[in-house]
Amino acid sequence: MTKEQNKRKKHVFGMVIDLDKCTGCGSCMVACMSENNVPFREDESDKKRSITWMRVYKLTNGKSFPDTEICYLPRPCMHCGGHGDHGHSPCVSVCPVNATRYGYDTGIVSQIYTRCFGCRYCMAACPYHARYFNWWDPKWPGEMEKYLSPNVSPRMRGVVEKCSFCYQRYQAARDKALYEGRDEIEENEYQTACTEACPAGAITFGDLNNPDHMVYKMVQPDPHHTRKPLNPKAFRLLERLETNPKVYYISEREWVRKAGDNYIKGEWEKLNKNHGKSDE
Amino acid sequence: MNELEEKTEDVSMDAVEDGQKEEQKAEGDSGLGMGVLFFLVAFVVCFLSCWLLFPKVLYSEKSQPFNFNHRLHVEETGDCESCHSFRDDGSFAGIPKISKCLECHDEQQGDTKDEAFFIKNYASKDKEVPWFIYSKQPDCVFFSHAAHVKAAGMDCKTCHGDIGDSTKCKPYEENRITGYSRDIWGKSIWGIKKHSWDRMKMDDCAQCHEKETGEKGSCFQCHK
Repeated sequence: MTKEQNKRKKHVFGMVIDLDKCTGCGSCMVACMSENNVPFREDESDKKRSITWMRVYKLTNGKSFPDTEICYLPRPCMHCGGHGDHGHSPCVSVCPVNATRYGYDTGIVSQIYTRCFGCRYCMAACPYHARYFNWWDPKWPGEMEKYLSPNVSPRMRGVVEKCSFCYQRYQAARDKALYEGRDEIEENEYQTACTEACPAGAITFGDLNNPDHMVYKMVQPDPHHTRKPLNPKAFRLLERLETNPKVYYISEREWVRKAGDNYIKGEWEKLNKNHGKSDE
Repeated sequence: MNELEEKTEDVSMDAVEDGQKEEQKAEGDSGLGMGVLFFLVAFVVCFLSCWLLFPKVLYSEKSQPFNFNHRLHVEETGDCESCHSFRDDGSFAGIPKISKCLECHDEQQGDTKDEAFFIKNYASKDKEVPWFIYSKQPDCVFFSHAAHVKAAGMDCKTCHGDIGDSTKCKPYEENRITGYSRDIWGKSIWGIKKHSWDRMKMDDCAQCHEKETGEKGSCFQCHK
């Protein structure tokens, strides 16, 4: 990259998940684990110990039959831009060894396993529980080690790992573009594994900085207000923490949108008079 | 009266034995000299033995399966990319596979012993040559040849040195602790770098990036 190329418009890769389409099948979790060499244990039921970069949560509206409704919420790393979207993500700002950094060229929060020494400060800082600790060295049964992806480095015991938006796919797409003499990659050249795996098409991935990309059209991120969604049906998790996540959720159902943050009694109704936007 | 007091009394009382006293003093001086000499010799011996031995202890020398003459091949093919090529997806193939060699070497081309060895043991059996890769980076490193060679227009020499002009394969020195080649850490124990291709550490990447692009770049630019 030369100095001139450095000045070009930066990418802000983000994801939009349509919660009304998600059936909770878990394909995204499986695809993610096989794409990123995520280790698993014989007994995966202990969710405080198991590692799931992409995890599907189950939400309910808390009502009894026949009004019961459920919603499945896939949760990757949110790749927060931090307060004011300056790159001071909760995890990045606490890491004592620069093992996790904000990529200003892509908007992706990196995790360098060889640099991490496992203090787990970032895990405590992350409000989305998106980070996981390797309590043991990964072990793949039998011949399975041969199926690992060579494009993702395997982790060792004692380091933290998390979703990288399949960064290796961006690297590969960029390699191809540069080889062919192009300066930019196409939207379809860089898609995450979960996006491709979702049978319902609930996950959309792309550049939030590019008005031509689907994710931009879906949420209409407001560039003047740290990319808050202008689409009233779209929301981000814990929006008011000002972590500025790059993962947006869309739902027609009001109770689902309400579940995206914590509200005191009556607060949601008050905020909602203002077309789903807060008063500020 | 202990021994020491006895001695001092003896000396002070016997003024006659002045000469003997001087002799004793001279003996003490030479003892000190010997001590310093011994220390210096021991220091030099230890320093040199460690200086020469340490790399031998840290690195195990391995030789390549057979000798490869780069100069001869460059003269024949004209450039590096004939053998070290890009794949269609933009990734770099690195050391060519045997199928690439067989494009020319389906039968003996010259009359060198090394080629005869290659034909007999690898080419005729269609077996991959187990080369040691001098510039092999750790698993966590992503290096884009396309970005450097195609986009930035760098030549191979900047990082790989004069390998294209070599007639022999140098021994592969493997770090016994890390398992990586000495070419990554660099030959000089002092860490002195004369050429851009002397070392291949992260600092060396960052140094050039800072100079050429104005910033070291983000972590994920080169890590995976």
